[in-house]
Amino acid sequence: MFAFSIKRISQALFVMLIISFIGFSIRQQIGDPVRDLVGIRVSVEEREILRDKLGLNDPFAVQYIRFLGNALKGDLGHSFFFKKPTLEVILSKAPATLELVFVSSLLIIFMSIPLGIFAAIRPRHWFSRFSMGASIVGVSIPVFLTAILLIYIFSVELQWLPSYGRGETVNIGGWQSGLLTWDGLQHLILPSIALSSIMLPLFIRLIRSEMMEVLQSEYIKFAWAKGLRRRRIWFIHAFKNTLLPVITVGGVQLGILIAYTILTETVFQWQGMGFMFLEAVERSDTSLLVAYMVVVGALFVVVNTIVDLIYGLVNPMVRVTGRK
Amino acid sequence: MKHYWRQFKSSYFLYSFRRDPVAVISFVILLLLILLSFSAPLIAPYDPYDTASIDIMDAEIPPAWMEEGNTAYLLGTDIQGRDLLSTIMYGMRVSVLIGCGAVILQAFIGIFIGLISGYAGGRLDAFLMRVADVQLSFSTMMVAILISAIFQVAFGVGKFEEMAVPLLVVIIGLAEWPQYARTVRASVLGEKKKEYVEAARVIGFGPLRIMFRHILPNTLSPVLVISTVQVANAVMSEAALSFLGLGMPVTKPSLGSLINSGFEYIFSGSWWITFFPGLLLVIFVLVINLLGDWLRDVLNPKLYKG
Repeated sequence: MFAFSIKRISQALFVMLIISFIGFSIRQQIGDPVRDLVGIRVSVEEREILRDKLGLNDPFAVQYIRFLGNALKGDLGHSFFFKKPTLEVILSKAPATLELVFVSSLLIIFMSIPLGIFAAIRPRHWFSRFSMGASIVGVSIPVFLTAILLIYIFSVELQWLPSYGRGETVNIGGWQSGLLTWDGLQHLILPSIALSSIMLPLFIRLIRSEMMEVLQSEYIKFAWAKGLRRRRIWFIHAFKNTLLPVITVGGVQLGILIAYTILTETVFQWQGMGFMFLEAVERSDTSLLVAYMVVVGALFVVVNTIVDLIYGLVNPMVRVTGRK
Repeated sequence: MKHYWRQFKSSYFLYSFRRDPVAVISFVILLLLILLSFSAPLIAPYDPYDTASIDIMDAEIPPAWMEEGNTAYLLGTDIQGRDLLSTIMYGMRVSVLIGCGAVILQAFIGIFIGLISGYAGGRLDAFLMRVADVQLSFSTMMVAILISAIFQVAFGVGKFEEMAVPLLVVIIGLAEWPQYARTVRASVLGEKKKEYVEAARVIGFGPLRIMFRHILPNTLSPVLVISTVQVANAVMSEAALSFLGLGMPVTKPSLGSLINSGFEYIFSGSWWITFFPGLLLVIFVLVINLLGDWLRDVLNPKLYKG
């Protein structure tokens, strides 16, 4: 396990190195740190002096190492628009996105497990067929359309729920939380349903197919022969072994939810990282764009590494062969 | 040619297709949609690219069957006064073009890398598959959004919009090649050990010839299966990018940018600008997914799981 962990973590670090390199090259090619710092009234000579002072005329490799060093210290450059360090901007937006992802994940987990299990143990029941059919339709509806549909029904027509923003938030040690106020929760309902709609069909299908595979296996047949009660076989013997692949695939998929937050946040004007990212693109705020890339990249890498480690922990075969 | 046709007519493939009503209906709808969109310049009532014929006074007219509707515009008009039906037909054409182009590009990259990776094995294989794994773990959507954001900033909005179609093909192609690479590699690994490859090697054929002439044709059925689903994915990605404003401009809209332009007006009750393109997008993607499901059941290839 130790060797496996070291291998996985060093791989993660290597990926981070590559991401930072790509980010750095982008900033070198299309960004202008001097513009990020000064206004238009500064003359060309002064800019040149500033460039020298900032080390922008140094060789590429030297600058990259400096960039890496700064990144390790938490300095990912300066946002042109916000006039603040980019990391500070991103961290101030992160709670909104993370809360959205968190609530959506909860929705996905608590909806998909019962539905998936039911579809596996009663494959011919009308409800199973219906949820399988609905899931293929669900896969075909893009997340932004689901979001728009929800807004149209619940905000425009029925006027039950708010359609944009986060509502009232509470500040807990710098973490702007919308989970603790009634208003904040109301604002959270539609975005989290929209976001979970993208992964829910996938999870239901995954749990169903894994569970059906497990139900075919020898040890389950043995359990039937032994005369164990149905519930015990389904929920204890079979479900436990279903969870294994679900954890690995599921963990990665929940990480992928972060990508879809960009779409959801745009529709709902949700003041999170994804919304900020698109604004950064519109404003050509290169430093912020690169910082977002690095931060989200790190998030993905961390999630994947943890999932891999957990998988290695529960399934020793992975550690030996190193392949899923 | 005639021989092939007869062989096809009596094949299991066609037989199971005709036995499956869902597949037949999906296929007919798909064909209809593609025909409609590609014959748009001939049969569309208006030309949405022709700015001279557009009158802003005609903006936001509801569909013809509603009270304020105008029979001249069957599905109503959008915010710029373009006929929605014509605009959707043209937009669909753009979406399909980009989707197919992107799939061809990603198939090209993916098959090439998959073949080399599976055939060569060893370090090169480990490296290429690791790259594919990492890129997949970031999700194709994220990669596509990041690449298009970078292109947008690098080229500037104006130039990006000018070259939007080829750029989107490249963006989506680059974002989704790992699917192909992994599938092809998995079947190459299976084929590599078979006798015919051994025989070809003994005859003295070079590795390139063996890879492309001998192994490649035998890996095509899983490629075909994922291709259908990949077209749906590519069309979805394109719609998402355009919706975010990182894709087709409103002047030459695809389905995604039409939905985006209509979204702001949904609050004032103009639901049709968003609804019709959205509905068409969903039907298109759904039909392809259903066909893909059917194809997977028929060809039953051992797809790489994971």
